[in-house]
Amino acid sequence: MSGPARWSPARPYPGGPETFAFTPAYREQAEKHIRKYPPGRQASAVKALLDLAMRQMEEETGARWLPRAAMEHVADILEMPRIRVYEVASFYTMFKTRPVGRHHLQVCTTTPCWLRGSDAVLAACRKAAGNVPDGEISADGMFSVEEVECLGACVNAPVLWVGDGFYEDLDGPATERILEALRRGERPPYGSAIGRMGSAPEGGPTTLTDLPTPPEKTPAE
Amino acid sequence: MPKLTIDGLEVEVPHGATVLQACELAGKEIPRFCYHERLSIAGNCRMCLVELEKAPKPIASCAYPAADNMVIRTDSPMVKAARRGVMEFLLINHPLDCPICDQGGECDLQDQAVAYGFDRSRYAENKRAVPDKNLGPLIKTIMTRCIHCTRCIRFAAEVAGVPELGATGRGEAMEVGTYVERALSSELSGNMIDLCPVGALTSKPYAFVARPWELRKTDSIDVTDALGSWIRVDSRGPQVLRILPRLNDDINEEWISDKARFSCDGLARRRIDRPWVRRDGRLVETGWAEAFDAIAARLRGLAGERIAAIAGDQADLESMAAVKDLFAALGSANLDCRQDGARLDAARRDFYLFNSTIAGIDRAGAALLIGTNPRWEAAVLNARLRRRWLGGKFAVGLIGEARDLTYRYDHLGTDPSALHALLGGGGFAEILRAAERPMIILGQGALARPDGAAVLAAAWTLARNVGALTADWHGFNVLHTAAARVGGLDIGFLPGPEGRDLHGILDGARSGEVEVVLSLGADELDPADLGRAFVVHIGTHGGPMAARADVLLPGAAYTEKDATYVSTEGRVQRTERAVFPPGEGREDWAIIRALSEVLGRTLPYDTLDELRARLAREERLAHPLGGGCVDLAGPSGDPAAMGEAPFASPIRDFWRTDPIGRASPTMAECSALFGRPQAMAAE
Repeated sequence: MSGPARWSPARPYPGGPETFAFTPAYREQAEKHIRKYPPGRQASAVKALLDLAMRQMEEETGARWLPRAAMEHVADILEMPRIRVYEVASFYTMFKTRPVGRHHLQVCTTTPCWLRGSDAVLAACRKAAGNVPDGEISADGMFSVEEVECLGACVNAPVLWVGDGFYEDLDGPATERILEALRRGERPPYGSAIGRMGSAPEGGPTTLTDLPTPPEKTPAE
Repeated sequence: MPKLTIDGLEVEVPHGATVLQACELAGKEIPRFCYHERLSIAGNCRMCLVELEKAPKPIASCAYPAADNMVIRTDSPMVKAARRGVMEFLLINHPLDCPICDQGGECDLQDQAVAYGFDRSRYAENKRAVPDKNLGPLIKTIMTRCIHCTRCIRFAAEVAGVPELGATGRGEAMEVGTYVERALSSELSGNMIDLCPVGALTSKPYAFVARPWELRKTDSIDVTDALGSWIRVDSRGPQVLRILPRLNDDINEEWISDKARFSCDGLARRRIDRPWVRRDGRLVETGWAEAFDAIAARLRGLAGERIAAIAGDQADLESMAAVKDLFAALGSANLDCRQDGARLDAARRDFYLFNSTIAGIDRAGAALLIGTNPRWEAAVLNARLRRRWLGGKFAVGLIGEARDLTYRYDHLGTDPSALHALLGGGGFAEILRAAERPMIILGQGALARPDGAAVLAAAWTLARNVGALTADWHGFNVLHTAAARVGGLDIGFLPGPEGRDLHGILDGARSGEVEVVLSLGADELDPADLGRAFVVHIGTHGGPMAARADVLLPGAAYTEKDATYVSTEGRVQRTERAVFPPGEGREDWAIIRALSEVLGRTLPYDTLDELRARLAREERLAHPLGGGCVDLAGPSGDPAAMGEAPFASPIRDFWRTDPIGRASPTMAECSALFGRPQAMAAE
């Protein structure tokens, strides 16, 4: 799918499905979110419903994005003006208002990740996507690449965000291995590529290695 | 009441006032772009920064509540630097295209850049460019000029009640628009042009037409509906170029409808600019003397009961008074100013006025609309109803066509049976009874029908039943659509005893009993109803009535005469001449006066002032506005005689309700886009 030469999130992306409606399962989840807010304040659930719509799009089309028809469906459910939903959807970068690949690769290139080698990660992603311009979808429909700002996982830099999780502590080859697995239809586990536990130090703990001695009791005054 | 010090001056401000309002009370000018008195506070332009003592940084005064003992400085070096900085940022992405910008000369950004800005830019990078939006035939957009004040967005959502504009994208990519391209479906959209502080939204019909300093500004009154909105007519030479609202908090605040604003291009088109007389079945151009002679020849020897006069929707008070006097001299009582045939009862003034007054809507507790679509019949009044509704505790009921009125209402039914049910009490009648100061608003759609008098009486009875008629509140309101109507009723442009009303005149014309009909701009009549009568039409624009006329006399439109109009709430107001009528056109009252001389019944006034002195003796025009109801006795109709036909608004096409609108290419474009009733029904 090729879009206009200069598309901006402030405008609708041409194309996309004509209609969209939640499946009963998604509709039920949507109702659950709506019930969190008092009657008359159901518009507060707009972000949750937009996310559900993207997930349903992923199930149905393989690409987690938000077509105009889906925004309008959410607006109609929440009885809010459509423009208010367009505003929300186009404001938050996590709502993709243009089509993405089967896997949308979001590479953090903010300073800590960049210092730790995000250039190699980005290069591997772009290569996997057949070097199409960022934001566009590779010829096989598998990947689209986007540079993003800090994902808040600096201690595990560099970080690649795919789907609902982060691949961390990456370098070029590790990224390529993950992308190959994704291409084969596998789902490599999220987390550190070098076997770190969360953000614990490499090679095991370096502090608090022994049990602390309990503090001496001071006599009560 | 908080007390604060502003630039060493101590002021006391009402509770809930903002620092900006406090500064204004202290007489300090605070520059602003996003803040507007009639819109919600956004606080995003940052131009109104002032210094608050002990605050670490300047504060946005428009969004900062005034509190006791605040010490504010509006002229300190910090404030000056802050304003200069904000202005420099605003100008980063603002194009330097003032020479080709229609806002030039009346641009807030231009003015404030001169007054508060920095004298150069330190920005050497590329400016951003934003694609223009298509908002329909009225508003031209040059979105690169937009400074994101969001006034238009707030106006659309809050005042106009059509939340179609928004800010999409974020940061550098933010754009104001509709996201999905569409024309704004509001009858008030033109006001966004006035609200826009820069040249992003400008008037499409007025694009590249004139600069503000070339225009002669004339204060006047709008006649495209019956509200009597205050307007300013901007003209250059012989042409009216644009119409803008004037401020009047009791009527239109600072809004006018798009019809009032944009139909002015119809003033220069399809004009009748000289007298015409029908000879051998064809209208031929002629002079005034010949035209008057033709009328005199036809009237010679004719008894008074064989002639009749009908006044149109934009007839002014002076000409109606002159016609009435002339017909009295001719011995005719066949007069009617209700060319739509509305069964209005003129026995008392409060039977046909909007008695609660337009400003009274703000104090009302509930409203019942009967046979009216205020969004089309009085767009500005509808915005006021909407604002009252937004204020909460304001139930609205509607009997008539269910349309999108921009606020929620209980749809009680479409025909008189719903009104009949309310007379029995219960349901919405209880809501009205429980409300403080309930209003009943009766539209012309409920009156211009055979059982109109019954509906009028039923509505009055309901008003009395629910306690809307008290000594200090008059909740019975008739919403007129014609600027001329209340004036005509006030001076008694109505059938005298033994006289024929509109239906009688038309019946007489068909049967041949009425041989001459004088139409004072009665352009809404169907010429087919006039039978074989000899029609004298004093009009401004070509149309079916002009084509039907046997003698056609060129009158003056409302921008071309000093004329008096009485609004639906009974306000007597005057238009002022901005330009002269085209060609041989004359002020309507002067035509009647000249005709009277030819007929040998010279009217006793030679100047407008003398005619107005005669009008000054009309008791009803001197009545004060508003006030309570002193006499509970209702109009003469019988509420039980109501029929079954559903109510329908008299306006089928908002854009083309008068000859000026029908001659206006802008209105034609709007009408093609939104005006069709079926398009409205499909919403």
